[in-house]
Amino acid sequence: MNLEAQIQTPQPRTPAWAMLRTLGGIAMISGLLVALVYQFTLPIIAENQRVLTEQAVFRVLPGAVGKRDFVITADGALSPAGEGVDGALVYGAYDQDGGLVGVAITGSALGYAGPVNVMFAYDPECACITASKVLQSNETPGFGDKLDFDPAFLKNFEALDARLNDGGDALANEIVTVKHGTKTQSWEIDGISGATISSKAMGRAANNAAQRAVPAIARDLAVLTQQN
Amino acid sequence: MAELPNTEERLTPDTFLRGLWEENPVFVMLLGMCPVLAVTSTTVNALAMGLATTFVLVCSSLLVSLLRNWIPKQVRIASYIVIIATFVTIVDYAIQAISLELYAALGAFIQLIVANCVILGRAEAYASKQKLMTTLVNSLGMGAGFTLALLSLGTVREILGNGTILGISLFPADFQPWIVMILPPGGFFVLGAWLLLFNWLRLRKERKATGPIGVTADAR
Repeated sequence: MNLEAQIQTPQPRTPAWAMLRTLGGIAMISGLLVALVYQFTLPIIAENQRVLTEQAVFRVLPGAVGKRDFVITADGALSPAGEGVDGALVYGAYDQDGGLVGVAITGSALGYAGPVNVMFAYDPECACITASKVLQSNETPGFGDKLDFDPAFLKNFEALDARLNDGGDALANEIVTVKHGTKTQSWEIDGISGATISSKAMGRAANNAAQRAVPAIARDLAVLTQQN
Repeated sequence: MAELPNTEERLTPDTFLRGLWEENPVFVMLLGMCPVLAVTSTTVNALAMGLATTFVLVCSSLLVSLLRNWIPKQVRIASYIVIIATFVTIVDYAIQAISLELYAALGAFIQLIVANCVILGRAEAYASKQKLMTTLVNSLGMGAGFTLALLSLGTVREILGNGTILGISLFPADFQPWIVMILPPGGFFVLGAWLLLFNWLRLRKERKATGPIGVTADAR
């Protein structure tokens, strides 16, 4: 530092206003550019998000052609999503005649490498989960990513018991992942050997999703099935 | 920095080509290793990352070159960072608008382009001293070199680690992919192999130039 200071002494010093001018000017250009791009891309990104969710819903609920968004309100009721309504989203999926095909619910749990976000299809008629699709995970390729591909594991989600208890405020049986080959009950998930942590996360995600959404769906099924 | 009397270089084909080969940011200068290792598990990711970095590199170099006589050297680094961060934010929104799946696959590494030393290095060592046109050509070359390097890793890793290229299956169904290649260690293996190849090529060239007994591998 000393040496540099000595060398610089004979040179004229840069006035402070020049530095302020430069930084201010650059910050202004920067702000302008970012604001422009943000305004321009905002509707496109929202549309992408909508299409992505719709694709996931239609994938877990084959036969559906329409989707309506609902929100689980703080007091455990279901209300159509819109401005000023906060809470976890559930998606009602409808066939051509407007009949309810099923409900897509989402849950999340901590896996081996960060959160695993999963969408489940819930069928109010049999009170069970009928399909699953991992929306986002960083699980190890070749092990944890089997959650979405392993045919034996996916079989767990073809009719996973999610009945409510007598009070109607929670599941009668918590959904759990059990060790590979020890599944005996219809609410148990047969884990993948070699990917225990990931399959357990999947079980917790299913339990979270169902515990939160199923009581509200059972209570306000009329809101879901009414045609508009 | 720009105190030397005349450091402006003339525009030649070499201005572009240097970034591709002689001064390739990845294989020669070993800069920006973080995205090189982290997002090259598939060809598409590698290509997207390379193009995003090239865009930021070219735009920020142009702006730095344009403002080069206007930025006092005391605040140059701060100015460069703000300029780079602006274009990274733009790329971030652009990728979300193009494909959310791609955005999820690249993850935090889009924002981390801000810290990519290829870009800051170009701004400091080149764009701040050179005219607009030479800067444009040189940064395009550097970007192309970076993209090429990412692609050479991404393609090899996807073929070996997943048995596919651009998502198209290459091998019969009973091929067991080497999963380690798409895991972090695979990145190091493939990078090491490419560096070996490039250094061998360069050594061979030098040996040819200086004769068989010539002393080659100097400090470079």
